[in-house]
Amino acid sequence: MEHTIDRNNKKKAWLRGIVSAILIVGSLWLLQRLLVPKYVDGIVEGAFVAEYYKEEKDFDVIFVGDCEVYENFSPIVLWEEYGINSYIRGSAEQYIWQSYYLLEDTLRYETPEVVIFNIQSLQFDKSQNEAYNRMSLEGMEWSMSKVNAIKASMKENEHFLDYVFPILRYHSRWSELSATDVEYLFKTKKVSHNGYYMRVDVKPAEQVPEGRILSDYSFGENAWKYLDKMTALCKEKGITLILIKAPSLYPYWYDEWEAQVEEYAAENDLRYINFLELQEETGIDYNTDTYDAGLHMNLSGAEKLSVYLGRILAEEEGLPDRRGEAELAAAWEEKIADYEAEKAYQYEYYGINKTVTELK
Amino acid sequence: MLFTSYEFLGFTAALFLAYYCVPKKCQWPLLLAASYIFYFIAGPDYLIYILATTATTYGAARLIEQNADRQSAYLKEYKAELTKEEKKDYKEGQKRIRLRWLVVCLLLNTGILAVVKYTNFMIANINDVLAAFGGNRQLSFVTLALPLGISFYTFQAMGYLIDVYRGTIRAEKQFFRFALFVSFFPQLIQGPISRFGDLSESLFERHAFNGKTVCYGLQRMLWGYFKKMVIADRILAAVTTIIGDTGTYHGAYILVGMLFYTLELYADFTGGIDITIGIAEVMGIRIQENFNRPYFSKSLKEYWRRWHISMCAWFRDYVFYPVSSSGPMQKFTKFTRKRFKGALVRHLPVHLSSFVVWLATGVWHGASWNFIVWGLLNWAVLVVSEELEPLYARFHKRFLVGKSRSYRIFQMGRTFLLVCVLNLFDCYHALSDTFGMLASLFTSGNWQVLWDGSLMNLGLSGLDYGILAVGTLMLLLVSLSQRSGSVRDKIAAKPYAVRFCVWYGLFLIVLLMGAYGIGYDASQFIYNQF
Amino acid sequence: MEELMNILSELHPDVDFEKEERLVEDMILDSFDIVSLISEINEEFDVTITAKDMIPENFNSAKALYALIQRLEDE
Repeated sequence: MEHTIDRNNKKKAWLRGIVSAILIVGSLWLLQRLLVPKYVDGIVEGAFVAEYYKEEKDFDVIFVGDCEVYENFSPIVLWEEYGINSYIRGSAEQYIWQSYYLLEDTLRYETPEVVIFNIQSLQFDKSQNEAYNRMSLEGMEWSMSKVNAIKASMKENEHFLDYVFPILRYHSRWSELSATDVEYLFKTKKVSHNGYYMRVDVKPAEQVPEGRILSDYSFGENAWKYLDKMTALCKEKGITLILIKAPSLYPYWYDEWEAQVEEYAAENDLRYINFLELQEETGIDYNTDTYDAGLHMNLSGAEKLSVYLGRILAEEEGLPDRRGEAELAAAWEEKIADYEAEKAYQYEYYGINKTVTELK
Repeated sequence: MLFTSYEFLGFTAALFLAYYCVPKKCQWPLLLAASYIFYFIAGPDYLIYILATTATTYGAARLIEQNADRQSAYLKEYKAELTKEEKKDYKEGQKRIRLRWLVVCLLLNTGILAVVKYTNFMIANINDVLAAFGGNRQLSFVTLALPLGISFYTFQAMGYLIDVYRGTIRAEKQFFRFALFVSFFPQLIQGPISRFGDLSESLFERHAFNGKTVCYGLQRMLWGYFKKMVIADRILAAVTTIIGDTGTYHGAYILVGMLFYTLELYADFTGGIDITIGIAEVMGIRIQENFNRPYFSKSLKEYWRRWHISMCAWFRDYVFYPVSSSGPMQKFTKFTRKRFKGALVRHLPVHLSSFVVWLATGVWHGASWNFIVWGLLNWAVLVVSEELEPLYARFHKRFLVGKSRSYRIFQMGRTFLLVCVLNLFDCYHALSDTFGMLASLFTSGNWQVLWDGSLMNLGLSGLDYGILAVGTLMLLLVSLSQRSGSVRDKIAAKPYAVRFCVWYGLFLIVLLMGAYGIGYDASQFIYNQF
Repeated sequence: MEELMNILSELHPDVDFEKEERLVEDMILDSFDIVSLISEINEEFDVTITAKDMIPENFNSAKALYALIQRLEDE
């Protein structure tokens, strides 16, 4: 009799322990889901990196880099005009080590023909901002590439553990939760078009300030190291690496920087396209093609750049036209529909008369 | 490693696990290893200091005890042969030898402490004197790293040595066990200063895993983290703002700053001690309590029996008693007793001894004048209240207020305010600032800042104030509940679901409302700089 | 013993020293009292109470204190 009571007690204690453990883990997981930023409205850039994993990964071109790639090139145009299947793995102020590891991460799923990297981020030798680290890294799926990316990115006051358990980082966000956090507790919303961030509004570039004089124009050792790694990785996988500089008037792009990149490209036999020097060829008009006075392109600017870049990719790099692939074409149909829908929405939102813009 | 760092949590978690996995005879050696690893991480250079103190104190204690043992053996053997005089002479001679070892070891170790802690303070003062005499020469400051916890472990080791000298405890024979006593890592950060007699038994005992002790220990730690992270680290922002700018923040702000600092000091220090005691408790080790609801004290004298108990006891037993019972002091007492009738004069010797204690306490707290003045002010208040005692007694008798509840609450409020004012000396490093700010309380007349929204500009949001208010209320309620016994016992008596909600709830509060991570600057424990 | 009782009740007239056994723990005697006490005892009984003897166990009751004095007188 006593024996059974004892056994029952033990059973009860076990049951209690298991139920408590499930409660704890479950509630912590829920809390974490609730507290992490959702990036579905306002700052959507934080959601870009994660969106890639939902794709059918069979791209011919992969872009890596900061806002100078995800706001300046439209994969939709590349598809519509040239049948090129591309994706932008961009994120806000993506540092070069993050670009490298994002590329490494991409190569776990596929090997594209061409990788395009925007060299703006060479100017940084170490991560500048924790918030940008977060937006570039959090969306990555766990792999050694992510681990290394975090290690390469962390600033002094950051901890690896905060990336493993983001609740530790966002624990005080409970005071600023909104309905969005509940709505997107278990789901996400597509916020980019194959990594492209669309803006249709216009703000002409006016006086662009001259770059202030720097004490040292040479890029840092760490930045070079990751460019070397990227070059080597592409070479090893038989990928063509193309370096670009987007036509952003600001932040200022120094001649001294340009010289270093040109030299590097020549040494490593890489194609380097500086869109700042191609205003005429691309047809960029800083009065109509930028939405923030020259920092980033708007839709009009991005489409012009894409047409120009697509021609090079198709004609000079010989990328195939895949519009004949039925399945792929069907997937793109959907994407194009989304793209057009957002275009229409934004034109209305910003109160722009579409026909007038197009006529120009 | 701060208590609130991931590294520290990981370190202790790994230690707990290892502690109950290794064979029980390896438990204390494991603790020793962990303590030295902890110390090594804090700064490899520091090891030499703690090793020096450990080795010299161990050696001196052994020599003293061997001498005492030889003495009793000798006296026993020659009991019949020796005359009373000879015995006395022999004893005196031996005692002198022991005293010599004691003094040498004390001087050496307090000397190390004095050099690393006070060199720059001395240099600054010498420079002031040089400048006052119009000299152009100034001594340059030296950079000496202050080894982690040196004030605490030096005092702990010295207390042990004196106890051995007095014969109240036996000297530890095993060097490594003694090394653990000196370096036991949870105590290195901010005390308490344990007695060998209190700590040693449970420190070296073999501990089988006991679910209840482990739970209680973890609960105690959690409560400590709550105090530290939710309250102290949050309010820190406002305290730093107020202290940092005497031009803007004076008058009514000082009242706010005083209250905030007193709350912060309490939450930070008692929280840290909760963590320390909790860590030890998880491993079955009992550390003496260091606080006894100090802000419920009805006088400053009582406050100093309930605040930082281990330090006060140290100064009482190893400074106050020896000084006041010393030959010269006893002679002085006799002298005053014979010549004078007045209570003040008759009390003079005791006040003199306590002057020495408070001077030493001030110096111990920090190498600067503000701490010395702080110590002496404490002393002055204690002297005044001691001498006014008969007056109070008469007042109480006449108006029959002595025992009423509201009067007791008044006394507590008065003592609390007094402590707040004294704490100001801890806030401002320049004495002129402290006095200036105290004076501004009466002259600034900017009382409107208390309600015109200015308090929202101190670095705390309305939400922060809300959390602080609720947190402080929790502290108060727990303290009130403690008067009728252990709060953990009371919670443990509740059904499982209630217990689960209480402790997991507290954990969630710390997790979500703790002031940690990016945006909250990692703050050092206030007390680990001492 | 009587002399000791006199000294004690002079210090705290309102305390019943015959009965109290936790004088120090209950904070009836504080360190200030103890120091005052020892000077008087030293003088009255011609003994030397040193810091070593100033521990709660010796001051918790009149009995314990008297035992301490006797022990010191023997030495």
